[in-house]
Amino acid sequence: MEILNNLALGFSVALSPTTLMLAVIGCFLGTIIGALPGLGPSNGVAILIPLTFSLGLDATSALVLMTAVYYGAMYGGRISSILLNIPGDEPALMTTLDGYPMAKKGRAGEALVLSGVASFVGAFLATIGLLLLAPLLARVAFLFGPAEYFALYLLAFCTLGGMASNNQAKAAIAACIGLGIAMIGVDNNSGLPRLTFGNLHLMDGVDFLVAIVGLFAIAEVFFFIESHGKNTSLGMKLEKVKIPWSDIVATRWTMLRASAVGFVAGILPGAGASLGSFLAYMSEKSLAGEKAGFGTGVARGVAAPEAGNNAAAGGALVPMLTLGVPGSGTTAVLLALLMTLNITPGPTLFSDRPEVVWGLIASLLIANVVLLLMNVPLVKIFVRVLQVPPWVLLPGVTMISFVGIYSLSGSYFDLLLMVAFGVLGYFLRKLDVPTVPVILGILLGGNMEDALRRAMVLADGNWTYLFSSPIAIGLWIAAVAGFVAPMFLRNVLRKPQRITD
Amino acid sequence: MTSDRFLGLAVLIVALAFIASAFQIESSFLSDPVGPKTFPIGIGFVAALSAVYLIVKPDADPDWPPLSAFLALGLAAVVLIIYALLLKPLGFIIPTALAASILSYQISPRLMTAAMAGTGLSFGLFAIFKYALDLGLVAFPL
Repeated sequence: MEILNNLALGFSVALSPTTLMLAVIGCFLGTIIGALPGLGPSNGVAILIPLTFSLGLDATSALVLMTAVYYGAMYGGRISSILLNIPGDEPALMTTLDGYPMAKKGRAGEALVLSGVASFVGAFLATIGLLLLAPLLARVAFLFGPAEYFALYLLAFCTLGGMASNNQAKAAIAACIGLGIAMIGVDNNSGLPRLTFGNLHLMDGVDFLVAIVGLFAIAEVFFFIESHGKNTSLGMKLEKVKIPWSDIVATRWTMLRASAVGFVAGILPGAGASLGSFLAYMSEKSLAGEKAGFGTGVARGVAAPEAGNNAAAGGALVPMLTLGVPGSGTTAVLLALLMTLNITPGPTLFSDRPEVVWGLIASLLIANVVLLLMNVPLVKIFVRVLQVPPWVLLPGVTMISFVGIYSLSGSYFDLLLMVAFGVLGYFLRKLDVPTVPVILGILLGGNMEDALRRAMVLADGNWTYLFSSPIAIGLWIAAVAGFVAPMFLRNVLRKPQRITD
Repeated sequence: MTSDRFLGLAVLIVALAFIASAFQIESSFLSDPVGPKTFPIGIGFVAALSAVYLIVKPDADPDWPPLSAFLALGLAAVVLIIYALLLKPLGFIIPTALAASILSYQISPRLMTAAMAGTGLSFGLFAIFKYALDLGLVAFPL
């Protein structure tokens, strides 16, 4: 009953004409952002954050717009996976495995519709899961003191480093770069500047939006200059779009299973959508056996990763909203949005600002329906967008990034910092150092240190306090396991190679 | 092998410098048990440890582009830096058209199309930012 009341509150916020319009715009922009190779959900949302500010939207509207973009980008990633064999974003990698072969058989339109429906099922079930699970977890989260939060932040870094990277040392370095940058600026406790090297511009610290846009968007431009935009030609022609009813019905259990797997993967702090689509595809593949012909363009192989990917996107919102610990790169960017809107995620959010939480959840449900309606009949428009050549797209993205960051503070220093982050991002990605832990470090560094210091104040400097509660001990064990276990599972969890022509 | 060793060495140097400057942080008289130094020093320590691990056990080298591509990337970075510095004094239109044209040319080297893409982007984006999003941009210097 309580949930129904809350949902009614949420829909009363989300169903106003302006919010509805924002949701539709967000879905449209998001699908385009997700579809364009080189413009993933993380940098898409990051570039839009400063622009949202200059629109002067209130917190709920901004949140509705950006989550619509977030869900939309998750839908859009599949389009270039299927048509170009290039994942529009990282989680869509698994969709190329069966989507592209299916398109080669002349069934591109059917693959797009089927994956669109699978996305809907995954995202819808995950949103239901979110609205059932999040309030429960928020209640548990009230038991979290500073010691538990410190262990939780550590867990996020450990699982992220363990899962998302091929080399733990590099993931640790990435996290340290982020945490180190977060230390720059005025110390909250003493009020004295730290590590600013006397530079006045650094007194306020490094804005995470500058880092995010630099590391993702500007770095991407460098990659395109390196490759001269070669691998972006449109591969498959899309002739007629038919709705493959028989495939949709035949894959119903696949979608349900993949959604469940994806949702759980999404909840794990730091694991995220890539893991969700990967696990969904692999579990479905091993369940189907050799004869099902995964990798040759079968319907189940298209439906599973898309349902898993979108379910994980919803699942990743659970730890982000209830604990303030994001489960993926993109939710890290959404957390950045919340923090800039002066909303502190966490258990108190559910009691203090219910209209924000439930408005968000209701708008997710609405966005999901809009996306299904948009993605089935309008898929041809999005395919047209893919034909924007990279020599227009990438300069355009760069200029939008510059204007967005410039509109934040109006200082050239942030722009220079953004270019520096772009160069850093290029080299980090070249060297296989993951960039998401850097972002997470910058975002959470301050909170993590605060948690540690408050814990020590409570315990009067006694370090064993960090391990004094069962929850904290559990989190520490999970953190160590999440960091160490992937070393042994690396051979099992190896990602399948992309299909090459 | 060599690339990762270089990365490790660079991270190690930065981490040691970071630890050294963390020791210089002033603490106020009203300090908590942890103080403002401990956490940064810990970060530097973990980074240094990972860097040593990387020097001892590096991964295989990535595919580095040829030197010409590095020069192109350097040029792009310089263009972006100059753009950042000129955006305020010269207004939006001219620096944006130039920077976008150069980037476009670097991705696909055709002079005319690049110039048209850059100019089109500059005017198009200005129209969007100014009239649709209502940002306070200045088209030309006054």
